[in-house]
Amino acid sequence: MASKRFLYINRKAPHGTVYALESLEVVLIGAAFEQDVSLAFIDDGVYQLMRNQDTTAIGSKNFSPTYKALGDYDVSKIYVEQESLETRGLSKDDLMPLTYEDEDDDWAEKDSIHIVSGAELAEIIEQQDVILNF
Amino acid sequence: MKFGILVNEGPYTHQASDSAYYFAAAALRAGHEIVRVFFYHDGVNNGTRLGVPPQDDRNISARWAELAKDNDVELILCVAAAQRRGMLDADEARRAGKDADNMAPGFQISGLGQLIDAGIQADRLIVFGD
Repeated sequence: MASKRFLYINRKAPHGTVYALESLEVVLIGAAFEQDVSLAFIDDGVYQLMRNQDTTAIGSKNFSPTYKALGDYDVSKIYVEQESLETRGLSKDDLMPLTYEDEDDDWAEKDSIHIVSGAELAEIIEQQDVILNF
Repeated sequence: MKFGILVNEGPYTHQASDSAYYFAAAALRAGHEIVRVFFYHDGVNNGTRLGVPPQDDRNISARWAELAKDNDVELILCVAAAQRRGMLDADEARRAGKDADNMAPGFQISGLGQLIDAGIQADRLIVFGD
């Protein structure tokens, strides 16, 4: 079966609605299908990758550590929109580090997160076969 | 063309399910194929057989079931999303020790792999959501 390019676009905050959690569940299940997978985080979706999340006060599950497993699932292309970060007074330092081991480079540990402009993200979107918006 | 359809919102609150239905019906009328309709998030609530909408309103679940029956289209509810929200077929109800099931005829429960598979099989996967 030919592989397709899947892009998951995450647009919502990690809590308040269930979209972020259930999007991550699709990504993890989808990883078993050996497709070409990318993730994009835009608008409030950038909050999904904030470091040091603590959900104790709202009583919902803190699923943010799961993002760190994405590299082990061969999900290593994670795009975060620059403008969405800036609008919210955030920078890459506010995000948790996400890495993967590059099998083509002696398993060197590399950064999965790429900060891209909206225009660059538009080009990435243009290259996809399947786009899932959550 | 082969279309896959993803419905991410429940019936009546959002227009997503209505729009997905009209899209699917129009695509079938135009001779296209619907590979699968996959219901996720609150979209799984479209599969209830216990809804009693007023007589002058549309019956969203029944309408989906009829479309599926007439055109041999798969209507799939995500199992994890369905279990969270109490959407159970007879098997799931028994397994979970519940005293009732609520799934409408024409709908089936399956895994998220069916969504990925729809993306792979279809020429276009159309997402209807918030």
